[in-house]
Amino acid sequence: MCHVLDKVPALLRAFADGYSYDVNRLGELERAIMDVLWESTDPLTVRQVSGNLTERDLAHTTVMTVLDRLAKKGFARRERDGRAWRYRAAATREAYVTELMLSALEQTGDRQAALARFARSVSDTEAAALRRALEALGQGTTDRVRGGGE
Amino acid sequence: MIAAALILALFAAACIPAGSALAAARWPRRSPAAAIVLWQGLGLGWGLAAVGALAGFGAADERSGVAGGAFALASRVLGRHASAGTRRLLAGILGLRLLALAAGVMLLLVLCWILVAAFAAVVRARRRQRILLSLLAHGDPKVPGALVVDHPAAAAYCVPGLRSSSRIVISAGALDLLDQAELAAVIAHERAHLRERHDLVLLPFIALLRAFRWSAVAREAHAAVALLVEMQADDRALRHRPARELATALLRVGAAGGVHAPNGALAAADGQVAARVSRLLKPAPRLPVAAVVLIGALAVATVAIPAAFLTIPF
Repeated sequence: MCHVLDKVPALLRAFADGYSYDVNRLGELERAIMDVLWESTDPLTVRQVSGNLTERDLAHTTVMTVLDRLAKKGFARRERDGRAWRYRAAATREAYVTELMLSALEQTGDRQAALARFARSVSDTEAAALRRALEALGQGTTDRVRGGGE
Repeated sequence: MIAAALILALFAAACIPAGSALAAARWPRRSPAAAIVLWQGLGLGWGLAAVGALAGFGAADERSGVAGGAFALASRVLGRHASAGTRRLLAGILGLRLLALAAGVMLLLVLCWILVAAFAAVVRARRRQRILLSLLAHGDPKVPGALVVDHPAAAAYCVPGLRSSSRIVISAGALDLLDQAELAAVIAHERAHLRERHDLVLLPFIALLRAFRWSAVAREAHAAVALLVEMQADDRALRHRPARELATALLRVGAAGGVHAPNGALAAADGQVAARVSRLLKPAPRLPVAAVVLIGALAVATVAIPAAFLTIPF
């Protein structure tokens, strides 16, 4: 009985590792497939997506599953073309980068709660004061000022 | 019991000027951690006292503390309702006291609900960030352990979460703007946020701000705690990096601006970056240990006093 219990942490860890491996693997695939969709100007079939991936030996069903997941998450759109589905990116890469940065730079309370920014953007007058301080620092002696300690 | 309710009401009312005074005080920047604990005590103490005062008026004739009184009142109402009918019940207890009790319960529910809603919104926004980062961000040898997003605006932030799901993000703009030492200082600062879960410290104050947008004290409390957690992360970063690197990183990122936020959002935080920089370059002595202990005791008292009036029968 004790032997079984001893193994529980190791089993849990193995399960967690396997899970995170699968998640990472899936994340890599999603990213690679989105890159293919962003590169292309036309909607692509599953076969064309497979063909454009650097990793060539992926099963057709794997690529299809990942495309399906991307469509469910809203990153890919699919449309019927005869008997096949064609996939394209729902928005450009730049649009997603902009969304990422805007949500990080937005300063209303709700966003602030989600992310912690290093320095919030400042008003024009404060920015001017900061620039002057920076110039003064550059001209001053470069002695290293230590903080207050702990 | 009326006396206990009155004391709780006075306590809740006193928390408001106390909050204003704490927001205006200068000593918190000498010991941000102690000041954060006091803010937390003050916030929790106010919540307990406000809910307790309302509930206390409602259950005023019971002799078993506010919590016990409310329970006794509820069970009596239910018991009479089943046996003797509604007329005596209406004549006997309904009225202002029941209203006060209801208001107390409502306030408690609203406070809890707002906290849950704020947390849910935060979790949603972070999940979206992580998904987008997994599709868009890449590593860079200049910033080991951080993710880089190809955007020209200078930005550095972290996405807090459990150990494996937290992320530090640096924009390509910030990567160009800062030198190697400054980048290391930025990352040390963000690591401190993640390790000490400053997001969880700030969350109740953001929830409070959502609930009482019209309240100047709620705004002051939120701005003060937001600045204090930044100062605390700065202090932690100083364990690994010199102050000057962190200060110039702050100056550069702050001066780069990049986005123009609506003035309302900025007004409360105006001068915060400058305050952090001057604190790094001209450090004030830290508070003596005795003062920190005193502040800790004060924080415990601000929670313990209303908690005692709520639970101890008179």
